[in-house]
Amino acid sequence: MREIFLQAQTLWYREVVRFIRQPIRVVSAIATPLVFWLLLGAGLQASFKPSGMPPGIGYVQYFYPGVIVLMLLFTAIFATASTVDDRRQGFLQGVLVAPISRATIVLGQALGCTTLSLMQGAIFLAMAPMAGIHLSLEAIIVSLAMMGLIAFAMTSIGLAMAWRTESTQGFHAFMNMLLLPLWMLSGSVFPVAGAPGWFQWTTRLNPLTYAVDALRQGLYLAEPASSGATMPMGSSVMIAIAFAAFAFILATRVARTASTI
Amino acid sequence: MDAIRAGTDAIDARALGFRYGDREALSDVTFSIARGEIFGFLGPNGGGKTTLFKLLSTLAPIQSGSARLFGHDLEGETGAVRRRLGVVFQHPSLDGKLTVGENLAAHGHLYGISGKRLRERSAAMLERLGLSARERDRVETLSGGLQRRVELAKALLHEPALMLLDEPSTGLDPAARREFWNYLEHLREHEGVTIVLTTHYMEEAERCDRIGILHQGKLVAIAPPGELKSEVGGDVIVIRTEEPEILQRKILARFKLKSQLVDGAIRIEKLRAHELVRDLIDAFGEEIESVSFGKPTLEDVFVHLTGHQFFADIAPTE
Repeated sequence: MREIFLQAQTLWYREVVRFIRQPIRVVSAIATPLVFWLLLGAGLQASFKPSGMPPGIGYVQYFYPGVIVLMLLFTAIFATASTVDDRRQGFLQGVLVAPISRATIVLGQALGCTTLSLMQGAIFLAMAPMAGIHLSLEAIIVSLAMMGLIAFAMTSIGLAMAWRTESTQGFHAFMNMLLLPLWMLSGSVFPVAGAPGWFQWTTRLNPLTYAVDALRQGLYLAEPASSGATMPMGSSVMIAIAFAAFAFILATRVARTASTI
Repeated sequence: MDAIRAGTDAIDARALGFRYGDREALSDVTFSIARGEIFGFLGPNGGGKTTLFKLLSTLAPIQSGSARLFGHDLEGETGAVRRRLGVVFQHPSLDGKLTVGENLAAHGHLYGISGKRLRERSAAMLERLGLSARERDRVETLSGGLQRRVELAKALLHEPALMLLDEPSTGLDPAARREFWNYLEHLREHEGVTIVLTTHYMEEAERCDRIGILHQGKLVAIAPPGELKSEVGGDVIVIRTEEPEILQRKILARFKLKSQLVDGAIRIEKLRAHELVRDLIDAFGEEIESVSFGKPTLEDVFVHLTGHQFFADIAPTE
């Protein structure tokens, strides 16, 4: 047990250190969603009034949690992509011949990438007042916990794909194809209530919807009416946890049988 | 950790085979390597060396046959095998963004080494490989030769009984290669570490105690380099000409000599062949473009065994 902890911890540490030492990664991971938010949010603020918007907030406020999720998504994709090449001609080669189980490798990687997401999430959260969202300490803690959960789930999906894919290009193409629709269909971009029936159904089947919902409720802990939540927070959190656990188990399964040749 | 099982070979492989889909990369490879031996697998690219390296390093699953490392089964006792194995890959396995010391520490942690023992082992490895001053440097700032030394320090950190190296001198200049080899020999002499490597460099193969020659997935010979060279019938003459088939027939008719056609040239193996060179030129001087004459090299051994030119045989994969 001590050994597994040591192994996972060293892989976690490596992810974090190499991220911090590449400032361009930090900047781009924050800048991309920020630009998205400022341009789309500000541009649509005046004219875009989707039906089903919670009372008392504008589109910039509504879109804010969605942008956080987008940022977690980008970070997960970029942080897990290195696994594709790393296991054939990089650092992971040495890890694969060490006495460590594949599940422990995936755990270390997933926790590392989740930490990166959270570091950026925290910076983004600090900008909440700019969006007119005022956060209590409690709301910050709950929001960060939800972000960690979403990041862990996304990272696990990323790892499941990265351990299976043969080329980095293929990985990026597939992840964008998979995760962007997942994000758009999660109530991140506009409220589900006003959308057509088929859209609402797809959204309900999307596990990310519940994670986003839980994050929204965390952010608007003080004024629950503004969150536009569709179900009790406890249920959303439970579904989000189940989603993250499923994604992680999937990643360990894939890694166990992944080809290294 | 259980002790190394007494009286067992460093590696004992029986009838190893491996397929990538339809392509057979290795078939029926059987060999054993003694403790303290320096053993090289020689072969052109695509010969099966890389596949064999991946099997022995536990990267690829055993598909058919079996292999034991110090008595531990590669398939059933992977953990025990991995603890005894130090692996140096052809491609760098260091994280360039981490410092030399951090890379070693990460490696130690993966093998369950931490705290005081990690600091001692790490310091000892760095000192022995002349890297102490570089401990805090990021790996990406080091030269290729130095990075190679860090790879070696890393692979030795957990005190493996067997070092497995895939094309270790690739990308090293001659001086760095010599230094690397001196160190491997030192390891064998002073610590009894068994060394197993793959190579396509003849000079590297010459330095091994024994070599195994891999060709198209089969082990075609296994012996000390000197013994293999003496198996080639004496000297080697290679004749280049416009129409080799015609000249080959003429040589057979005139000198009763059998020859091989390798890569468009006529190749003759014969004891004390220097007189033959003179006779050949007297007889067919007009047709001959060039003649070379020499003592057999490992390259000649390869041609002798397989009928193929060593470097003309590069398969598209691997």
